[in-house]
Amino acid sequence: MFSLTVNGKSHQVDVEPEMPLLWVLRDIIGLTGTKYACGISQCGACTVHVDGEAVRSCVMPVSAAVGKRITTIEGLSTDSSHPVQRAWIELDVPQCGYCQSGQIMAAAALLAKTPKPTDADIDRAMSGVLCRCGTYLRIRAAIKKAAGVKAV
Amino acid sequence: MNDLANPSRRAFLQVSAVGAGLVIGFQFAPRAARAAMLAQGPVESAAFAPNAFLRIDPDNTVVVIVKHLEMGQGVYTGLPTLVAEELDADWGQVHVESAPADVKRYANLAWGGSAQGTGGSTSMRGSWDQLRHAGATARALLIAAAAQRWNADAKGLRAERGYVIDARSNRRASFGELAALAATLPIPQDVPLKVPREWRLIGKHVPRTDTAAKVNGTAVYTIDHHLPNALTAVVARPPVFGAKLKRYDASKALAMKGVKAVVEIAQGVAVVATDFWHAWRAREALIIEWDRSAGFTASSDAIREQYRALLRQPGAVASSRGEVDAALNGAAKRIEAEFEFPYLAHAAMEPLNCVVRLDDKSCEVWAGSQSQTLDQAKAAATAGLKPEQVTIHTLLAGGSFGRHANPISDYICEAVAVAKATRSLNAPIRLCWAREDDMRGGYYRPAYVHAIAAGVDKLGRPVGWSHRIVGQSIVAGTPFAGMMKDGIDPTSVEGASNLPYAIPNLRVDLHTTSLGVPVLWWRSVGSTHTAFSTEVMIDRLAHAVGKDAVAFRLGLLKERPHHARVLKLAAQKAGWGKSLPKGHARGVAVHEAFHTFVAEVAEVSVADDGSFRIERVVCAVDCGVAVNPDIVRAQMESGIVFGLSAALYGEISFKDGIVQQSNFHDYPVLRIGDMPRIEVHIVKSSEPPTGVGEPAVPPIAPAVVNALFAATGRRIDRLPLRPMA
Repeated sequence: MFSLTVNGKSHQVDVEPEMPLLWVLRDIIGLTGTKYACGISQCGACTVHVDGEAVRSCVMPVSAAVGKRITTIEGLSTDSSHPVQRAWIELDVPQCGYCQSGQIMAAAALLAKTPKPTDADIDRAMSGVLCRCGTYLRIRAAIKKAAGVKAV
Repeated sequence: MNDLANPSRRAFLQVSAVGAGLVIGFQFAPRAARAAMLAQGPVESAAFAPNAFLRIDPDNTVVVIVKHLEMGQGVYTGLPTLVAEELDADWGQVHVESAPADVKRYANLAWGGSAQGTGGSTSMRGSWDQLRHAGATARALLIAAAAQRWNADAKGLRAERGYVIDARSNRRASFGELAALAATLPIPQDVPLKVPREWRLIGKHVPRTDTAAKVNGTAVYTIDHHLPNALTAVVARPPVFGAKLKRYDASKALAMKGVKAVVEIAQGVAVVATDFWHAWRAREALIIEWDRSAGFTASSDAIREQYRALLRQPGAVASSRGEVDAALNGAAKRIEAEFEFPYLAHAAMEPLNCVVRLDDKSCEVWAGSQSQTLDQAKAAATAGLKPEQVTIHTLLAGGSFGRHANPISDYICEAVAVAKATRSLNAPIRLCWAREDDMRGGYYRPAYVHAIAAGVDKLGRPVGWSHRIVGQSIVAGTPFAGMMKDGIDPTSVEGASNLPYAIPNLRVDLHTTSLGVPVLWWRSVGSTHTAFSTEVMIDRLAHAVGKDAVAFRLGLLKERPHHARVLKLAAQKAGWGKSLPKGHARGVAVHEAFHTFVAEVAEVSVADDGSFRIERVVCAVDCGVAVNPDIVRAQMESGIVFGLSAALYGEISFKDGIVQQSNFHDYPVLRIGDMPRIEVHIVKSSEPPTGVGEPAVPPIAPAVVNALFAATGRRIDRLPLRPMA
């Protein structure tokens, strides 16, 4: 039995220690905003925050998340008011939308550490999150909008 | 958004589905049927549902029912725009529901009305008239209701942003207030549509209806659809296509935590567990022996050699004019090239998955269905039910690119088969493919080889063009086989057999191969390879006669104004002909796919070590009326990125029948740091809208390769450009 703190709420989960955090979130706790797409830390669709760091929940054993603050897309804000979410809405970034929870969580973690990111900062923070619909240009523009940085 | 979670809406849909046809698309209903509908009155008096696409609830919600799959291309926004425009609804009151499977009401009219489904960039083209009429007729009814209520002349009333207004008496009533009365009135005929200058939404900035749910985790994809007590199934499939199950030992898997059953189905061995991870882990513990005697054994090199040998023999003629052989023999200069294209996986971000609830008399399927009519029939056949006993709930798809439009409904049938084999568990089944299953599961864009021989006369004018294509047919042996004529699958030669250039002698022939690799449509279908070979070849002809690539094309496109217009626009906006920094060069391509014309100019930079970057892409598109210009731009960006991923990296290869790729580490796709700048320019047009989901894909690979040639002088005849192996 593990005790997890997800979006400020405590959950007791009776699972094996090696079960990936992604599947505990999705299938045990029922928070389905975090997505499965590769399972091997190649695509970033499963990105969540653990103690403020963007991590790939598909390869993080649940035992490693005990005692830490876990934030998922559902907990980023209660009303889609996080600056990254607002910028995403304003620019209509998503197409199919499946990767966007991961994109938004990665972008939010970037801005928390680097409030005025350069293009190189954005490339570094976001290159691990794949989008098959090709929304990358809008992702970059939305990050700059959220940061109040002028888009080039 | 999808309102399947909202019980009142779902209940209404069920009521209306059995309700004697009130919601049958009126504009196609015969007169007698229409009279019968009216005689029976509304199914639910409080709501107003004058046709299959629209319902106005008393709370003033305008619900537009969308018959197409939303997989990112924007149908949940573009199609409701047509209804809202003619209805004069306020965009903020518009909600979207997905239509049930019902070919009578929801057939794709651009497919001839025989099946419901999404593909071939047809959603807007097939809905343009239908949905505008649906909105206009409802508006007329609401105005008539207001006229009756106010005892006024309908001619003096108008609708505006969700209200009917009587300017003379300063009275107004919301659509919701008028809904119940409107539902009792006779449906008018031939209501006129707005003229373009009256449009308020079409051609303007209208935000997407699905963005809000896609930025906060509430959007429900099939993989997120949880039913109480549902179990998760993961299937072990054969290691090569065509192999059969010989025997298996599930004792170890059955002893593992969370595992509820292991069952044999036609496709393999299914592990059914409480959740995905436990099912997936138990699958690893299965001991399975496969009979590979009828299995696929070929390797990519051998397939390539076999295909290249076929290039030496004449194929079935798909298109022919003039005397090609004589023209080539008499040409002042003759140029030949051969091109190779690998198998490609769709690799949508959401792996294939499906939820099924089955009992003796009914089957409910939740899926990102791209082909509801066929999926319904195939699910019914698997379940042993009639199609009308199968309900399809179409949920958002996390991409598809054609993969969900599989004529044999493979992943849906698997889910139904597992549900059938586990009836004793009395649990709904969520079947999910792991990424590796999805990548190795077949239904690829076929591999092809092409050979083109072209000749020019002394004045540099092309006089002959012979184009031979070798590859598998997508439609042979499927319910779409009727598309074939004289042994030619039109999807194998589209984009080549209708070459737009004015070349007097032309022949396109085809060898349709038979291989045990399952193949399928893949975003922009035949044009994924024909645009490459034709546009790279035409560039080589221009170079061979010393002409500018744009000018040379324009000289051959005098009868093709749409092609010429996008080509000129893209060239002008890209600064074609203007000088570039050292190591930079531009390349161009133009192509028509699904009645939409796209030209793209790619600018590349090549470093001294031969590595290169795509710096900038300028795209011009003519898609008729751009119903939602921002979504048109998004789809052009999307197609360019999708096409670049394939051009740079995309390749599924085989060794002894086994697929060599498994996940995004060995089937890479474009990442944000690889992105070029993209500019999209939309041709102003008053022609009816065509599709935008696919046509941006074909020109990008040839534009990049033509730019690389301009930069380096190096000919590239094979995709991908940076193979992993």
